[in-house]
Amino acid sequence: MVKQFFNRFIKLSSFISIIVVVKFTFVIAQNNEAPKLDMTVNRGVIKPISLAIPSFIKESGANSIISRELAKVISNNLDSTGLFRSIPQAAYVSTPLSFNTPVQFSDWSIINADVLVLGAVGLKPDGRLEVKFRLWDIAQQKEIGKGKKYFTNSESWRRISHKISDTIYTRVTGEGAYFDSRVVFVSETGPKDNRTKRLAVMDQDGANFKLLKHPPSLVIAPRFAPSSNKIIFTGYETGRPRVYLMDLSSEAITALPELEGMSFAPRFSMDGTKIVLSITQNGNTDIFINSLDTGIKKRLTTNSAIDTAPSFSPDGNSIVFESDRGGGQQLYIISTKGGEAKRISFGKGRYATPVWSPRGDLIAFTKIKEGKFHIGVMRVDGTKERLLTTSFLDEGPAWAPNGRVLMFFRETPGKAGAPSIYSIDISGRNLRKIKTSSFASDPNWSRILN
Amino acid sequence: MKNIGLAIFVMLLLAGCENNKNLKNSINESQISQSDIENFQNLVGDTVLFTVDQSGLRPDAISILNAQVNWLKEKKFLPITVEGHADEQGTREYNLALGARRATAVREFLLTRGIEKDRISIVTYGKERPLRVCSNEECWSKNRRAVTVVGQKIVE
Repeated sequence: MVKQFFNRFIKLSSFISIIVVVKFTFVIAQNNEAPKLDMTVNRGVIKPISLAIPSFIKESGANSIISRELAKVISNNLDSTGLFRSIPQAAYVSTPLSFNTPVQFSDWSIINADVLVLGAVGLKPDGRLEVKFRLWDIAQQKEIGKGKKYFTNSESWRRISHKISDTIYTRVTGEGAYFDSRVVFVSETGPKDNRTKRLAVMDQDGANFKLLKHPPSLVIAPRFAPSSNKIIFTGYETGRPRVYLMDLSSEAITALPELEGMSFAPRFSMDGTKIVLSITQNGNTDIFINSLDTGIKKRLTTNSAIDTAPSFSPDGNSIVFESDRGGGQQLYIISTKGGEAKRISFGKGRYATPVWSPRGDLIAFTKIKEGKFHIGVMRVDGTKERLLTTSFLDEGPAWAPNGRVLMFFRETPGKAGAPSIYSIDISGRNLRKIKTSSFASDPNWSRILN
Repeated sequence: MKNIGLAIFVMLLLAGCENNKNLKNSINESQISQSDIENFQNLVGDTVLFTVDQSGLRPDAISILNAQVNWLKEKKFLPITVEGHADEQGTREYNLALGARRATAVREFLLTRGIEKDRISIVTYGKERPLRVCSNEECWSKNRRAVTVVGQKIVE
């Protein structure tokens, strides 16, 4: 219903402030045309949507910590997008006491809230939490969408916060969800010339950090399977780089079969049945596809250049990869059936680590130009290149499940130099460092969890 | 003497592998003394350097590799592993491929000078194992390297 609101808001935002737009858009957002990405999103300054999220109302035996934290995680999620700004609870003129009492809209309009999230949490006799929420447009004095109710065991309350965040974000912006997702990455400790690297997972907001069990040898660049219950990564257990699969529930590791030489840079196809990777034989690195079900390995490139960092298109028909066949590193697309690779990047500098957006519309990449590293995006045909970041070393973009946000890692220079994971909106706004308990690199984002 | 040499080598191997119990199974163990290793590293030279983004052997590299060839011809049957490395100025995957190119360039040279193929294995570390940690050309030039490690070979 209100999905179109955000696109209209973006188009208008260069001229009108959001407050005005909010007042009109909930009225005009009656049409049902599909939301589409508007590339003008990076222009103009957007005033964030003002959000009131009181602590969830306690019902039947829920504890006050959870009722506070549910609201806090949601406001942190939405604030982290840069598109929302939570009003501090201290500024509220009233506290909702019951989930079903009519909303006193004047109490929220007086503190300039655009949107009110009203939630409640109760403990069921069987020990489960019951969490429900409703979303209100204060100016229109109307509910946005229908209320939702969730049941969960009490340890999983954070996931409910993420699911509610996703619902609010989707209803208000029209964009796909991404908060209920995880990130697999490499946790790094120790000095720069003697780093210990460990595979680790965390929630997209940095919570629930967990190291994965594996041999102490070097590990590189873990990537999720589409089902999010497996990862694939490069490890040095045998002394040479080789591609391994890990089941995340058992943390059991198996080597990908049929790999001679050195193998690295693996990624899953979007349907999870294939893996594309690089294999180096006699010093030459080419692209291969391994079918997990049949075990058949297919060679895609035979060039004497370095062909690496491959990534599947969402439809599984194409691979984007980097190659120095033209002299320097540039981006190419090749059909998964083979044939000629088509170059898509033509700018000055070196292009690396291309990753196809889950929406299929954009390719994110690392660019090295005049001694600086950038994260950028371009359309699949190579046009509309935009650089989003710049630093001494920014590398390895990873797409959020909704194709709107990227994570990457930024390494600082010098003896004490170390990597951290950052996120940025594809508009180029809202650069944020993800808090991790160690140095962190090589992030990869799961899909929305089930 | 032989046994002591072997024991030292195995100790070095274990220390070098940092508790990786699987790695030792995949490497051919061989006899070499501590002083042999030091001679090779310090007098012969175990490291050759490369130009930015290149894997071609420079004249300074070739003279070191010629000395390596002479030494390796005296130590018949001694296996070696050539490690290829890159500096931090490239992306991770590309640097792995570049390190492989550099290690391969050294292996090809050793092969053409008559070192037996089955004595040599190669590995790339990309930018994962920098020798020097400053972020300028002084350190980067030392990190763009191929290192010949004597006494071990990775089973392929």
